[in-house]
Amino acid sequence: MADLTLNGIPVIDTFAEAFDVAGTAIIITNDTAKWAMIAAVTMTGFATSVIGCGAEAGIDCELSPEETPDGRPGVRVLLFGFEPNGLKDQLLKRVGQCILTCPGTACYAGVEGPTKIKLGGAIRYFGDGFAVAKRLTDPVTGKARRYWRIPVMDGEFLCEDFVRAVDGAVGGGNLLFLGRNHAETLKVAEIAVDAARTVSGAILPFPGGIVRSGSKVGARTKGMMASTNDAYCPTLKGRAGSELSAEVGVVLEIVIDALTSAGVAESMRAALHASTAAGAAHGLVAVTAGNYGGNLGRHHYHLKDLLSKEPASEAGAA
Amino acid sequence: MSTLTLRQEPPERLDLLHVTPLSLKGLSEAEAARLPVGTSRRGLTLGDCFTVSLDGSDTLTIEGGSSRLDRVGASLGGGAIRVVGDVGQRLGAGMASGSVTVTGSAGPYAGSGATGGTITIEGDAGDHAGGAVYAAKAGLDGATLVIRGSAGDYLGDRMRRGTILVGAAGAHAGSRMIAGTIAALSVGDHPGYGMRRGTILAGGHGALSPSFVETGTHDLVFLRLLARSLRALSPAHADLAAGALKRYSGDLATLGKGEVWVAAG
Repeated sequence: MADLTLNGIPVIDTFAEAFDVAGTAIIITNDTAKWAMIAAVTMTGFATSVIGCGAEAGIDCELSPEETPDGRPGVRVLLFGFEPNGLKDQLLKRVGQCILTCPGTACYAGVEGPTKIKLGGAIRYFGDGFAVAKRLTDPVTGKARRYWRIPVMDGEFLCEDFVRAVDGAVGGGNLLFLGRNHAETLKVAEIAVDAARTVSGAILPFPGGIVRSGSKVGARTKGMMASTNDAYCPTLKGRAGSELSAEVGVVLEIVIDALTSAGVAESMRAALHASTAAGAAHGLVAVTAGNYGGNLGRHHYHLKDLLSKEPASEAGAA
Repeated sequence: MSTLTLRQEPPERLDLLHVTPLSLKGLSEAEAARLPVGTSRRGLTLGDCFTVSLDGSDTLTIEGGSSRLDRVGASLGGGAIRVVGDVGQRLGAGMASGSVTVTGSAGPYAGSGATGGTITIEGDAGDHAGGAVYAAKAGLDGATLVIRGSAGDYLGDRMRRGTILVGAAGAHAGSRMIAGTIAALSVGDHPGYGMRRGTILAGGHGALSPSFVETGTHDLVFLRLLARSLRALSPAHADLAAGALKRYSGDLATLGKGEVWVAAG
C-alpha cells in the first residue's frame, strides 16, 4: 500500500491535516529549575485536546538563567486555543491556578505577536487592591515592560502585564506509527517524540507526546463530535474501511502544535526521520498521517515533502 | 552636528523651548538666528546670544552653558541635545523622546512632566528635579532622569512614572509620588513623604517619616528586574538593588502602596 520509503520503512503517500489556531508562549521562572518545571508541568496538565480541555499546551524548552528576564532558571510553555478569546480564558485560568499558586514562581511573555492578551493586568485583582504595577526597561531590548507585583504569602507573584498571541500558529500536525506490538511501537513513538521536541516553538500536547486514541470526525452516536478512528484500530482489522494490514498490531500517533507552520513541518520531518531510522529494529510496519480528506484544515503536510532532510521549499502550505 | 556657541553670559534668562534639532532642521542659519529666545521686552534672539552653525542633523550641541538657559530640550520629540556647561530651570520639561545631556549642572524642575527619552545631568540638579511644577498634575511622567551628582530637595515630587537615578538626593525625595522609581545612593530626610505608590531605593537615608512601616527583608523577583534595568545606567545603583535591602511600606498617611528600600545593615 506504500509507494514511498524512508530508511527502509514504508511511508504512506498521504498528508497530515492541520488547523489555524491561536498560540502564545509564556516563560515561567523560579529559584530552581525543579520548581520552574513543577509549575510548567502543572500548568500544562489536562491540555491534550482543545476540544475537551479548552486548550492544548506543552513545554517547549527549559531556559538557562541567562535566557530569562529575571536571571533565574525557567521553562517556556506554549499554549494553543481555537481563537484568542478562548486562549485568553485558558491562559488566565491556568496561570491563576497553577503559576500564581506555585511557590517562588514568576511569569513573563514568551513570544512577540500582534494580539495582546491581558495576563498580569487581569490576575492583579487577586491582590485585592494591594497589587502594584512596575514599568521597567528590559536590558536586552531596551524597551519598557510592565509587570504586576501581587502580594502573596511567600512574598510577591510577579507577572507581566500582558502576553502576545502570534499569527500563523498551527495545531494538529501528526504522524501515525503502524507497528507489530505495543512495546516496540511505543519505543518508536518515543523516539519520534524526542526528535519532534528538538524543534523550538513546537509541542506535543498528549501524554508523553503520544496519543493512542486517534479520532475521526463525527460518530454513529448522535451528537458526538468525534469518535475512535476505527480505520486504524487493530481489533477492527478485516472489516470494510480498515486501513491496517494483517501484520499491524498497534497504531500510535503523535500530534504536533507549533507557533508557525514551518515549525510543524520541521517537527514532523524530525520525527519521521528519527522514527524510520529506528523503525526496522522495532518492527515498524509503516508510517502514515491523519487527515479528514483535506476539507477541514488549511494546512496539509504531505509526507512525501518530508522525506528529504532539509525543507525543499514551502512545506506545509495549503 | 549643529552647534550653538554662547558668546557671553546672557543679560537675561533665555527660553530655549523652540531650539531643538527638529525645529532647527528646516531653517537656515540666518532664520535660526532670528528665533526669539529672550524673556523680557528686550526681544533677544538666538543670534544675539549664540553663534549659530547648523548642518541639519539630529544632534545639537550647545557650547558654553549658563544657569540662565531655561527649558533646554523642553518638549523634545526626538534627536539629541548636548550642553557643554550648565543650564537653568526646566531642563527637558515635557519631553517625549530623544536625549538631553548636560555636562554641568541644572537648575530646578529638570525633567518635569517628561513622558519619554533620557535626560542626563553629569553635575548636580536643583530642587524639584523630576518634580511637578505648580498646578501640574505630575512631575516626571515616563522619562529617565539620570543625575550623576546630587539633587536638591523634593526630587521626583509627584512623579507619575519613569525612573530617576541620582547620586545623592536632598530632603523629601519622592514626596507625593504617584508612581515610578527613584534610585539614589543616599537620600535626605523624609523620603517618600506622602507617596501613594512607587519605589525609592536608597543606599543611605535621613529620618524616615513615622507613617512608614518596616516589612523586613525580602528576596523579591522585582528587585532582580530592577537591578538588571539599572545596570546599563549605573552599576553602583544596580549593585545597591542587588544587595541586601530592608523594605519600608508607605506612606500610610495616604494610599500606602509605595515602598522605600534601604541598604540593610
